[in-house]
Amino acid sequence: MPRLRRDETTSVRFTLNGEAVSRRADPRMLLSDFLRHECGATGTHVGCEHGVCGACTIRIDGTMARACLTLAVQVEGAEIETVEGLAPEPGRLSVLQDAFRRHHALQCGFCTAGILMSLDTLFSDEPEADEVRIRDVLGGHLCRCTGYEPIVRAALDAVSRLRSGKTNV
Amino acid sequence: MKPALFDYVRADSLDEALDVLAAEQGDARVLAGGQSLLPMLSMRLARPRVVVDIGRIPGLDVIEAAKDVLVVPAGLRQATLLVHPGLERSHPLLAAALPWVGHAQTRARGTVCGSVAHADPSGELPLCLVALGGSVRLASKRGRRSVDAREFFTGLMSTDRREDEMIEALAFPGAKREAGYAFREFGRRHGDFAIVSVAAIVTAVAIEISVGGVNDVPARRVWPRLDGSALDDALNTLAWELDARDDIHADQRLRRDLVRSLGRSTIAEASRCLA
Repeated sequence: MPRLRRDETTSVRFTLNGEAVSRRADPRMLLSDFLRHECGATGTHVGCEHGVCGACTIRIDGTMARACLTLAVQVEGAEIETVEGLAPEPGRLSVLQDAFRRHHALQCGFCTAGILMSLDTLFSDEPEADEVRIRDVLGGHLCRCTGYEPIVRAALDAVSRLRSGKTNV
Repeated sequence: MKPALFDYVRADSLDEALDVLAAEQGDARVLAGGQSLLPMLSMRLARPRVVVDIGRIPGLDVIEAAKDVLVVPAGLRQATLLVHPGLERSHPLLAAALPWVGHAQTRARGTVCGSVAHADPSGELPLCLVALGGSVRLASKRGRRSVDAREFFTGLMSTDRREDEMIEALAFPGAKREAGYAFREFGRRHGDFAIVSVAAIVTAVAIEISVGGVNDVPARRVWPRLDGSALDDALNTLAWELDARDDIHADQRLRRDLVRSLGRSTIAEASRCLA
């Protein structure tokens, strides 16, 4: 039972989008800040910092999670996935990302990273997810540009393409 | 919005966590899923000297089901309970209320015991525990005790938990035969804090109604099988008895209206389940 003192940093080892990384964090560092400031993964956005807006949503060990409601020291040994890991390779988009572009499911893009992580997790957990499930999961996000309808259309398009076996574009 | 400085202890066993709680004399907070504690830390409504992480303690996420009572341990996440096999039959009220607890993204991390320890007046899980007559199992270096849920919640985010204790588990009694269960909630957005939430249990002879989001603690009443205008009158009296307040989300009048209308529809739904 090691005790990490408030003014000490410790090494936190985990995998970020499949790559093993190790960075130092003090006890109070939020995972959202850790990803952005220590790992340089600025795709994860920071909005409300109390779990309401959803902008910082990422995947921890396969489940969706708010990075701002997690301490960096909690994810020792965990598998972290962020929006940077969605595209199959530079210059190509995932099916979901491509649907967002075609349906104008983003304007300013601030909320987009978190919404993509939630929907990507939903579609991998529940390939048969319907509009009710999509709206349920979207309920955990705030978007102040789109009015949500284009996001729902993009999500429905993406899930139907994924079901019919379309791969990333 | 960053937490104040604190020491961090990752406990390897329940005993270790209880050691820290005993040593810190009330200046330690338990971190399980973090979905209630992290906002409190970030907003600096909580500034503990030590945070004790119980997330790595083995076995703290194994549900026990004994004699219809569901024993939910400290590490069990809300999303895990939601998909617990047979929950809809054994605990229909929990199955109906859990989808209203936070968002899918917070249920994936948040624990059932953590929500009860946090004791937010709008929390669905404290409401269910009170409605079902469940109990809270507390552990400390001094020993263990069990507190009736109806005595556990003592005020706004305050409970009967002593400074050196932590919630080890919750006991949710199973559904009674010959009873109908229903849960309804009104909020500005699904998953936001409840403005009013209602749990109803209806049997052949009685109506039990529990209301969250209005008072500092869940309020419960037991009535005979009222119907028609007698039920309206009882709900109206309840709406006025609960000391509703104005806040940024809703004024007193809306809350009273919701107690009457949600109360009526939730009782009707529970009655249909009974029939």
